[in-house]
Amino acid sequence: MGRMSFVFRRLALLVPTAVGVTIITFFMVHLIPGNPAVTILGEHATPATVAALDRQWGLSQPLAEQYWRFIDRLVHGNLGQSLYYGVAVSGLITSRLPTTLWLLCYSAVIAVLISVPVATLAASRKDAVRDHVARVVPMLGLGMPAFWFGLLLQTWLGTKLRLFPVTGYGLGFTGHLQSMFLPSLTVAVALCPVLIRSLRASMLGVLGAEFVTTAQAKGVPAPRLLVRHVLRNAVIPAVTVLGINVGYLIGGTLIVEQVFSLPGIGSLMIGAIFERDFPVIQSVALVYGVLVVLVNLLTDVAYVALDPRVRFDA
Amino acid sequence: MSTLSVAPAATPVRSRRGRWYRQPTLMAGLALLAVIAGMCFAAPLLTSFNPDTQNLQEPLASIGQYGHLLGTDQEGRDTWARLLFGGQVDLRVALLAVIFPFIIGTILGSLAGYFGSWVDAVIMRVIDIVVAFPFFVLVIALVFVLGSGEKSIYIAITAVGWVSYARITRGEITVAKRQEYVLAAQSGGLSSPRIIGRHLLPNVITQSIVYAMSDIVQNIVAIVTLSYLGLGIQPPTPDWGTMIANGQNFLTTQWQLTTIPGLAVVITGLALSLTGDGLADLLRPGSS
Repeated sequence: MGRMSFVFRRLALLVPTAVGVTIITFFMVHLIPGNPAVTILGEHATPATVAALDRQWGLSQPLAEQYWRFIDRLVHGNLGQSLYYGVAVSGLITSRLPTTLWLLCYSAVIAVLISVPVATLAASRKDAVRDHVARVVPMLGLGMPAFWFGLLLQTWLGTKLRLFPVTGYGLGFTGHLQSMFLPSLTVAVALCPVLIRSLRASMLGVLGAEFVTTAQAKGVPAPRLLVRHVLRNAVIPAVTVLGINVGYLIGGTLIVEQVFSLPGIGSLMIGAIFERDFPVIQSVALVYGVLVVLVNLLTDVAYVALDPRVRFDA
Repeated sequence: MSTLSVAPAATPVRSRRGRWYRQPTLMAGLALLAVIAGMCFAAPLLTSFNPDTQNLQEPLASIGQYGHLLGTDQEGRDTWARLLFGGQVDLRVALLAVIFPFIIGTILGSLAGYFGSWVDAVIMRVIDIVVAFPFFVLVIALVFVLGSGEKSIYIAITAVGWVSYARITRGEITVAKRQEYVLAAQSGGLSSPRIIGRHLLPNVITQSIVYAMSDIVQNIVAIVTLSYLGLGIQPPTPDWGTMIANGQNFLTTQWQLTTIPGLAVVITGLALSLTGDGLADLLRPGSS
């Protein structure tokens, strides 16, 4: 199978998942107990506003009809009206999406910058002290609530030591780099344990390969061997791990955006929870779902692009 | 590994690795876990304060002030008492919240792995869809639509969490069902539920148990996060997430209010991760 047909097959597999994602977000309305419109708008809502929301969601029509309308609105880029802001949800999301994407990329970069050296050190001498330390210390990150770590960084590095801005998005590229360092670090710390573990395992796997023995026999110095021969081959599985865990990464950004008051779609969603702004919650969940599906596709494509040895049977 | 009829090849591996109590990672994790759980559930013995009693004469006491070991919060409630009783709540909910997805995921994963064909196709498609959503996004959205509280936490975590167990079990069973003991059981005329339940699952369940350890960690973080957002454990019931949220306005003056409950979460997570790692080393010889 050729490279292009692999990509097309992978794209075709995307369709049922994308439809499923819309079905789940669509059914969220129906999980709301009682009359959704009344529950969402609260007891003090006027009958007129309840009727308007009922009409917008078409709650009195048959389910299939409602879903069809939902899809029809979606393909026209209409995600509904925000109940709190009173504007189109699609506009809110497009204005806030760049911040979230910035945070995602920045934290992925920081996670890689932390994980690669740690994993290399650990794998360079299996079962030595440095290996045990590199296995146990990152475990602290696994059970670390992102909002808590964010609060601590904000207080100590931001407020007390004044090393970084405490909140906000910053201006321009360098501004972003500086302002978003603490939030990105917070997100990255949660991802590092997973990344370090898989990188270490794949490096140990590569270390056992015959070409490494050959290189050693040829007298390639250890650092050069680790970086040029082992790391290069071990990075490919790590890219996949990064892609698989993008959902996990996004879960982290959601809360971190809120803690650092970054104007992204995560803080939009959490704000919407406090305002009981259901259309926003539903749409952001949908956007996140689509984002994850797309990143997974990109990961698969990047995997075949990075490693010439990969065969193309999906 | 309670069956004595394991293949002889397993014996040397076992003796080389030592018995379970010789596994340092596992022992460290279990010991830490025992200390944390023991302290939380022996809370009435470790503190004389009631976690819910407000004392507006002594708000925001510092560490050790007025006999409060870790001080008090803005309503004068004893932080040490709230930490212990809150731990009870979080540990209980996290443990219960792992049971339902474990059972449902294992059943669906076994069906998909054992029967294959359309059963497998349908279950795998549903899994693809659920994993398309980031864990936190779906859990938060579900708890929001179902209404805050403990019951919603269980439903939301189950609705999202079963997929991991289903994937693990399916993968294991797809391989194991081709083994001779299964073919023997099939030609012996045993029913499919019996083959799955009595023959396959005991052989493949260890992977899921190992995963369950890291899943409890994820659950604790999720519960604490939901409570931080006001969607989880409802006040006045003490819980680590609410404590972190309540203390965040006093971080520069009374740092312990937010720092200590967070540390409790991190250390509990470490204990569970060590246990899971140790179990993995013990149960899956060869892969470290």
